[in-house]
Amino acid sequence: MRLERRTHMPFHLVIIAPIAAILVALTLAAGLIAAAGVNPLTAYGEMLRGALGSRLSVTEMLTRATPLILTGLAAAVAFRARLWNIGGEGQFFMGALMTAWVGHSLGLPPILAIPVLLVFGMSAGAALLAGPAFLRLRFGVDEVVTTLLLNFIVILFVGLMIEGPLRDPLAFGWPSSVPVDSDFRLPDLIARTRLHIGLLIAIAAAGVVWLILSRTVFGAETRAVGLSAPAAAFAGISLPRNLMGVALFSGALAGLAGSVEVLGVTASVTTTMSPGFGYAGIVVAMLAALHPAGVVVAAIFVATVFVGADAMSRATGVPSFIADVIVALCLLTMLVALLFTTYRVRK
Amino acid sequence: MIEALELLMNTSLWAAVLRIATPLIFGVLGALLCERAGVLNLGIEGIMTMGAMTGWLTVYLGGDLWTGLLVAAMSGALIGLLHAILTVPLGLSQHVSGLGITLFASALAYYLYRLIVVVGELPPTIEPFRPIDVPFLSDIPILGPIVFSQTMPTYLALISVVVMAYVLARTPLGLAIRMTGENPHAVEAQGLSPIHIRIGAVVAGSALMAVGGAFLTTAAFNSFFPEMVQGRGWICIALVVFASWRPGKALIGALLFAFFDAYQLRLQTVIEGVPYQLFLMAPYVLSIVALVLVARRAEVPEALMTPYRRGER
Repeated sequence: MRLERRTHMPFHLVIIAPIAAILVALTLAAGLIAAAGVNPLTAYGEMLRGALGSRLSVTEMLTRATPLILTGLAAAVAFRARLWNIGGEGQFFMGALMTAWVGHSLGLPPILAIPVLLVFGMSAGAALLAGPAFLRLRFGVDEVVTTLLLNFIVILFVGLMIEGPLRDPLAFGWPSSVPVDSDFRLPDLIARTRLHIGLLIAIAAAGVVWLILSRTVFGAETRAVGLSAPAAAFAGISLPRNLMGVALFSGALAGLAGSVEVLGVTASVTTTMSPGFGYAGIVVAMLAALHPAGVVVAAIFVATVFVGADAMSRATGVPSFIADVIVALCLLTMLVALLFTTYRVRK
Repeated sequence: MIEALELLMNTSLWAAVLRIATPLIFGVLGALLCERAGVLNLGIEGIMTMGAMTGWLTVYLGGDLWTGLLVAAMSGALIGLLHAILTVPLGLSQHVSGLGITLFASALAYYLYRLIVVVGELPPTIEPFRPIDVPFLSDIPILGPIVFSQTMPTYLALISVVVMAYVLARTPLGLAIRMTGENPHAVEAQGLSPIHIRIGAVVAGSALMAVGGAFLTTAAFNSFFPEMVQGRGWICIALVVFASWRPGKALIGALLFAFFDAYQLRLQTVIEGVPYQLFLMAPYVLSIVALVLVARRAEVPEALMTPYRRGER
């Protein structure tokens, strides 16, 4: 038995692969749920009810999906060019911090201020990834390690800022940054819920990413670099320029996620505001096979698991860490599923 | 300033250096073994978390400390086997698989911990490894209290460095492992299986990483809590590059890193008016600086991250 590379990828496999991956992951996780003494079907039923069972839970789920779409896009853009940006978490926090900082005292009318703040958040994220990209291009330092280590540095930096210069003197308990001006908050999408127009921003971003990747020279160059960097260089594409472009683009998307989360949900920055949005973005991107439209769907799935697991945990007593297990398993099973979309088994 | 220098004269600082270095030594040796065979193992952070949990849990459930380390090693080997299957015979992206393994192993460790252990206000504790004074040697002035009054796993770590260096450099097995990382086709031509060697190296390396994690819960601390590995795995990946894939240099790297970590902790108490986060950042920043300094000169194993498929170039 051996593997043989497919000459073309049948479209139905592109749809089947993630669904099969998710089903296998859910089956494996069922064993762990059973180990907790709970019927897995009951648990999954509770999860679905918790995430999709009422108007409120659906809006909560979509609120959770919003930053995931953006961090998922950030990972997808980078991974397409084989730039391993694992620093989405750090870029998210830098975007959030920059937005809260500038947004606390910005003398602009809201209609102007909101776009300005989003751009500040994007720039902060982009700047943070530009560093590792530069180190890779100039010194050949692997960006996986630098982006990962930067996540830890950034969280400490956020802690430093919100306990120091950006501390909110009115906040009790855990330190938190000064809030953005309440006029600059993103308007609600549905009244009396937490769902805000950030969801539309995220979906629009997916559209923009799709346009850029499939309809511009930069997108074509990125695809070429991702397929084979030496071949792309031979074809006259400047690798440094393309990789730096990809880095700025990817970092900006993760920064935007932080910015949108602050303007839409939290108003101020805390070190606990992200339950791993950056890392989950990697799973989202892989489940979507790095396709922007798929990212939106995959983010909704991952958000369903996270929000649903919280409710399920309250109802059945299964530890809510099961959500992280399911999401991580999805990443591994999807990786195997992708193998079968590019290779086929020959006897 | 004088106080900052006086800290350096304190034997407790240097004893702490060795203690802090211990999990890093295990981790960096494990990562080094995997990479020498040609497989990047970014699962390290999760494998260390899993080792920390299973090692602690074994002791908590009544096993002795050495059984704890053994169970940790086996849990690491098992997760390493998963990474090996995904990346070696299946040839999947080592980056993505490793990250998946880290996410999976950490989540599974937290899940099982919550499932089995009832956590109250404070996490439950165990009786950890105690420092052992080596007869006679611990009486040597200065050196004695620093090197010869450590816990058993620390001695084990130091011995592992020697064993690893010897096996890699002086035995046929080591030659086969190194050759698999440089040129797997040549290994195949010798009648050996690069696939088997890679799987073996990843499994053994992962077991070492897990023992490093278990040191945290069975010697450095006495309880398990989420996020306790705190990027030590990633630092090990950086240290392998810094060490140019050599066990001896890896030991030096781990000690250097541990020195900065131990020193910044003590400096916090001496230097006032500087936010403590800046001190905590220093080790991570230094890791990046170290990478930049050595990256150009690094002798990367030729076939690192290149999946081996028989008959495919």
